Amino acid sequence: MSLRSPIGRVLGLGSAKEGVQHWWLQRLTSVALVPLSIWFAVSLLTLPSLDHATVRAWMSQSSTALLLIVFVVVAAWHSKLGVQVVVEDYVHGAGARTLTLVSLTFVHVLLAAAGVFSVLKVALRGLS
Amino acid sequence: MSRYTLATSIFNRFTGVALSLGLLLLVYWLMAVAAGPLSFARAARLLSMPLAKALYAALIVAFCYHLIAGIRHLVWDTGRGLERRQAHFSAWLVIVASLLLTLIIAWCAWFAGLRS
Repeated sequence: MSLRSPIGRVLGLGSAKEGVQHWWLQRLTSVALVPLSIWFAVSLLTLPSLDHATVRAWMSQSSTALLLIVFVVVAAWHSKLGVQVVVEDYVHGAGARTLTLVSLTFVHVLLAAAGVFSVLKVALRGLS
Repeated sequence: MSRYTLATSIFNRFTGVALSLGLLLLVYWLMAVAAGPLSFARAARLLSMPLAKALYAALIVAFCYHLIAGIRHLVWDTGRGLERRQAHFSAWLVIVASLLLTLIIAWCAWFAGLRS
């Protein structure tokens, strides 16, 4: 015999309560990525050259640095949400799935941080 | 008829995963820029190998497809275009539009490559 009441056993079962948040963030990031990714592609294609001096000069502009940071963060976020769904669909076994999801989250946070840090390092050079 | 919608859906997922690897490449490139001219030159040698160029071609295809197919999904989210005939039509539209966009970007990238 359990000491838990029938209502206590069923509360919290059923809805995962997180699906809407995931769905909404995936849409939000995809809407943001339409202009951001087009901006990035056009920028790369219209830079006079992709040597270090040209790219650094481009990345040092405040508007470029700002948009690049937003682009990297939003892209990493969107990527994390998308890859998460793929893992949830194809990786079976609770242990393996959780381990994969945790690792992928760490990798995405690391990628976003490395991207932001690199842009800041270039853009803020000469200040301080 | 549902073959088209099935194929476009799974390819959207596939190109999304490919672009996640592209993100890895993007961050590597940003880190190389930040690391200075010498490190950048070393990275640039690696990034201009034939294998890397084949990877860019694949990433351009993936980007164009995922962009167009993603916009189709956003339209679907508004509740429009979900009729069978419309979905069939938009599946073809996505394929044709992403191929066109791929050609345009490849064309621009080719001339950008010649310029530098």
